[in-house]
Amino acid sequence: MTELRERPTVAATDPATIEKVAIVVSKGSLEGVYPALIMANGARMEGIDADLFFTFFGMDAIRKGRSGRMKVATVGNPGMHMPTLLGALPGFSSIATRMMQRQMEKLDIPPIPEFVELLADSGAGLHACRATVDMFGLTMDDFVPQVSDIISVGEFYELAAGGQIIFT
Amino acid sequence: MTTTLQTDAEGFLTDASQWNEQTAAEIAAENGIPRLTDRHWLVVNFMRERYLSTGTAPSIRSLGKESGVPVKELYELFPKARPSSPPRSAAFPSLAAASRRRT
Repeated sequence: MTELRERPTVAATDPATIEKVAIVVSKGSLEGVYPALIMANGARMEGIDADLFFTFFGMDAIRKGRSGRMKVATVGNPGMHMPTLLGALPGFSSIATRMMQRQMEKLDIPPIPEFVELLADSGAGLHACRATVDMFGLTMDDFVPQVSDIISVGEFYELAAGGQIIFT
Repeated sequence: MTTTLQTDAEGFLTDASQWNEQTAAEIAAENGIPRLTDRHWLVVNFMRERYLSTGTAPSIRSLGKESGVPVKELYELFPKARPSSPPRSAAFPSLAAASRRRT
């Protein structure tokens, strides 16, 4: 008979655990979207509920025909460590994007469309922002099938109640 | 014969050689999966093989693609931690926890 080691009892001072996260995705660049998706996936893997709220240009991540074409921002991005004018050269963003995608693939991080599917399969909720949808004149038909609904900011807060909100 | 399992603070085995099918079933039962089905074993064995050959557990992506069990089902087989169930040790295992435990 195998005996499991006795677990340490949880002290009263043990930090509270996070049960739920609601992540706002507002950036429309590859490097702007990945952190949100990675954090949502990490949450689901730890058994934490996750909802994603796509707003403004972050919405490209769930738009048909756009989610697979997101690019790295090579202009106005000091993190690229190169002159802005160089980043503005035609095709430069595509090259930087391909390089980053290759790195991601090496780390077994999926491209954005596959990542969105993975998150939906993991039970994460994918929501589009009502105000952005109205601003861009979109409908549910413009989104990939994994998107569950179009919700207002108020509904997002209701959904996020009791959890942590992360803005990216 | 009684063996004491060597685990870290989170309850993961620190000595992979202590793992066997009975141990796995007991850890699962202790964590809210009373019976490991063939589908559970497919995942467990895949993870273990991967861990022993590469030294790390596979990502959820490669699990879903290569283990033969799609991602949706993975989360059903290894349900998420029960919300607000102190103490933590009584919570159901998360998928990550379940996988790390078995490696």
